[in-house]
This record gives sequence, C-alpha cells and structure tokens, in this order.
Amino acid sequence: MTVSEIFAKLSAALPGRGLTLEEGAVEAVIRVPREALIETARRLRDESELNFDALMCLSGVDRAAELEAVYHLCSMKYRHRVTLRCVVSKDDPVIPSVCSIWPAADWHEREAWDLIGIRFAGHPDFRRILCPDDWEGHPLRKDYAVPTSYHGIPLTAQLPPENTP
Amino acid sequence: MTEPRELNIPLGPLPSDVEDVHGERMILQMGPQHPATHGVLRIELETDGEMAVRAVPHIGYLHRCFEKVAENMQWPQIVPYTDRLDYLGSMNNALGYVLACEKLFGIEVSERVRAIRVLAAELNRVASHLVAVGTYGLDIGAWTPFLFLFQQREHILDLFDELSGSRLLYNYIWIGGLSHDLPDGWLKKVRDFLVYMQPKIPELNTLLTYNKIFLERTGKVAVLPAETAIQWGVTGPNLRGSGVKWDLRKIEPYSGYETYDFEIPTGTGEAGRVGDCFDRYVVRVREMEQSLRIVEQAVQRLERMPADDVRAAIPKTFSKVPVGEIYFRTEATKGELGFYAVSDGKSKPYRLKCRAPSFCSLSVLSKMSPGLLIADVVALVGSLDIVLGEVDR
Repeated sequence: MTVSEIFAKLSAALPGRGLTLEEGAVEAVIRVPREALIETARRLRDESELNFDALMCLSGVDRAAELEAVYHLCSMKYRHRVTLRCVVSKDDPVIPSVCSIWPAADWHEREAWDLIGIRFAGHPDFRRILCPDDWEGHPLRKDYAVPTSYHGIPLTAQLPPENTP
Repeated sequence: MTEPRELNIPLGPLPSDVEDVHGERMILQMGPQHPATHGVLRIELETDGEMAVRAVPHIGYLHRCFEKVAENMQWPQIVPYTDRLDYLGSMNNALGYVLACEKLFGIEVSERVRAIRVLAAELNRVASHLVAVGTYGLDIGAWTPFLFLFQQREHILDLFDELSGSRLLYNYIWIGGLSHDLPDGWLKKVRDFLVYMQPKIPELNTLLTYNKIFLERTGKVAVLPAETAIQWGVTGPNLRGSGVKWDLRKIEPYSGYETYDFEIPTGTGEAGRVGDCFDRYVVRVREMEQSLRIVEQAVQRLERMPADDVRAAIPKTFSKVPVGEIYFRTEATKGELGFYAVSDGKSKPYRLKCRAPSFCSLSVLSKMSPGLLIADVVALVGSLDIVLGEVDR
C-alpha cells in the first residue's frame, strides 16, 4: 500500500482526529496530533490490512519553535512503510509513549528525551540513555549551549565555526 | 579475612515468571571492562544463585555525539564519521549514508561504481562476520577458531588497505562516487582471495560449528521467538536466526543487489530450537558463503566493464542542496542501518539520525535475560553480535 492509501484508510477509520497528509519531495508523511497518536498507532498495528508490526526508527527533531517525534513504521508481512509525525510545542513537550504498542520504542524514546528533550508519558523506565544521568540540557536542541565543565572536567573542545556560504 | 560487605543497591521486584530459587539475590556488575561485553557495555545483572533474574544494560560509554557532530559538518564530511559507527563494517555504514544522500539529492552513479560498492560492502560483511563468529567462539571458551578467523580477516584488511589506504576506517565510498578507482591488478587479488577463502568455511564448520561442546553451549539457549524479535526491532542475522526471511538486500534492493544471485540463510533449529544462539551464529557462517558468491559475481562483472571515472557524479559543491527529508535503510552487517536525514537546503544536515541495528538488538537483552544462567547471558550477548561504537554513536 502506498502512503496515500494508508492515509485514506486511516482517516476513514478515525474521522475528526485531525490526521493530515504532508506531501514531501521524497516521502509523504502522516501528521498526527498527540491526542490521537495512541489510537492511530494501535490501528496501524492491529488492522489486518495495515499490519505495521515493527517500529524501525523514532527520531526527535528540533524545529525552532516546536519539537517533532518522527516514527518510521514497517510491515514485515506486506512490506510497506509509513512515516508518522507528531508535533508538540517546546513549552509542553509531552507525547504519549508507544512502548505498549511497539516495545522497540523503549530505548528510542529514552534517546529522544536525552538528546532532544521530548517527554514520553507512560514510558516504563524513563531516564537518559546516552548522556550521564546528571547531564544538564538536551544536546541536540538548536539553542543548546555546550557547558564549560562537567564535574570539574573542562569541556574545552570548540565546535567548528559556522562556515555556511 | 574481611567480612563480605552488604550491597547497598535496592533489589527490584522479581519478575512473575521467574522462580525464586535460593532466595539469595545479589547484583553483579558485568562490565564495562569485561571481554564478553564486546566493548564498553555495563550490564547490571541481578542474580539468584547462578541464574539471572533481571538484566539492565547501561550504555553511553562510547557516545561520541555523532548526530551533534553531523549537524556541524558538510554532507560529504560526515562519511568518515559513519565509518566509526560500526567500525567492523565501515564500508556498509558509508554505503547506507551515501545512498541516503544520493536519493535525497537525486544523484545517479554509474553501473561500475555500484558494482565496486557492492564488492566492497560484501567483502566487508565477510570481515565483520569473521570477527562476530571468532569472538563468539571466544566467549564460549574456544580460543583457536578466533585466531584462525582473524588470520583470514587479515587478508581482507590487506585488500582494503590497498584499495583505500587504510585497514579499518576506509572513507572510500563518497556521495556521488568513490574516493579512488580500483588499483591495478586488485581484482586478480580478490579472485585469489576467493579461491583461498572458500575452503576455509567448511574448515570452520569442522573446527567450531559442529563441535560437540559448542553445540551444547549454544543449542536451545536464549531462544528469541520471531514475534518478539520483530516487536523489539531486532533485524539482520539475529532476526534471520529466528527463522524470518528478511533481508533488505532482497526486500528493498539498493545499489543493484537485485541483479546478484544469492540466498538468504535463516535459522532452522538445527541444534534444538529455532532462534537459539546456535541459529544466530550459523546464519552468519552461511551469510559469509553467500557474500563470497556476491563478491565473485561482482568481480566477474567488473572484469568485463570498461573503465570510467568513479568521481564523475560527485557534486562540485554542496552549498545548495534540495530541501526534504528521507529515511533510507540498508542491510548492514548487523542488520537494518537507517539514516533519517533532514535537509533545509544548506550545506550541512539540519538533522541526521542514525538508526543503528546493534542499538535495537541490545535493547532486547533485558527482555531475554530473566531465567538464563549467568554463563548463558554471556552466550546471548555474544550471539547478538553488538558493536558498541554503533550502539552509543
């Protein structure tokens, strides 16, 4: 199934939930409001014609004003793929966890919290994963300032200067 | 004699499906400097006698901020960093990243470049599996196969040394082409290597695969059912070991893999049950045979192909690239390697996320460990073939 067919099927099954299809240059993406995320995810997994049994990747993206969680799903049976995007504001960066639907989300959600700062409500073991537990800030935020020291260890390495033409 | 100290670590509740054998539970810190963890990984193991009741992997010791660095590098400058993700399968990492960029930017490369890339990636897969299989023997207690396999791997590293100038981190596959053309007489050397290598795999089978002790240590141990593997995002040889015929080289072919003739080996429960440690191991051995077949076909093609400029399609500048985003996945040596790249039209990625196969394979450890003997946890970690460079990135 193509992404637009999957979208048509989803929006017919879940009317009035605010699902939208974003046409991209390379791949189309289904945008899901966070209130409808769990319902959409469950339907994508359980609907026999969709059968999205695998969450391949979950990425956090900082879009200046907002934060995004991007879910790349795949069906092992039908071999089709779909991308979901859930956008939240930086003041209230909470998204429901999909761990109960795809256990693979466990570490991916922890990583998105660690590096981007999205909170996943309902995650069974919610803590940082790559950075130390007492690290401050979320390094992949665009406005992140690299700390000067960590427990007295100087962090002197400078990032390369902006050299975009 | 000093009195044993009491541990001050709170013990978690016992999982409901695990039997409390002795009522004496303790925390065992496996790693971060432990040879069986294949790098710097710490597993907090809660044990009851000889049995593990809970395992919590702690990662991040090798975190080198790949994604942060990538946001401060121009697109082509990231290739050497991808080499350092899974440092045993550098060619495959670079291939995955480069193909993602080429698709995003709409770059087409010549047939010859595609064949050279396949040749390099498959030779690299053999080298990576040789380490996986060799160190796995080591984890189980077999010292000789490790040395025997590293000896074979040395020949591949020598070939890569001549090809790219380095033995481990190649920076050979570039966006739009390759860094160098093949050296004179190199294909002949690959042919000689194939003749040399093909009989080594039956030899390995005699030495390790069908060794009685090895079969006993790996058969029926740490069974990963196909359904669990899919739910937890486990891919690559680990998923195929569970009997699922899933290989992106066949399912979403890239770089011309659809034109090569090869099989996908899967676990069949030869040593007891489908998806046990032995199946995950033996899939890698069989994949080496298939990779050698692909290498042979690629060499045949390249010998007949007229020479061309392998740098012809490399863009002169990356100052203006198309805007868009892509998730591109390839079958790296450890499983599905995905790159999620977001371009805002500038010379550097807006966001680059790497979906590393070992990261997902390791996450299933806490699910599989309860109820295993401590020695079997070692057998399990080894059979998952993780590379911490890619787990931590």
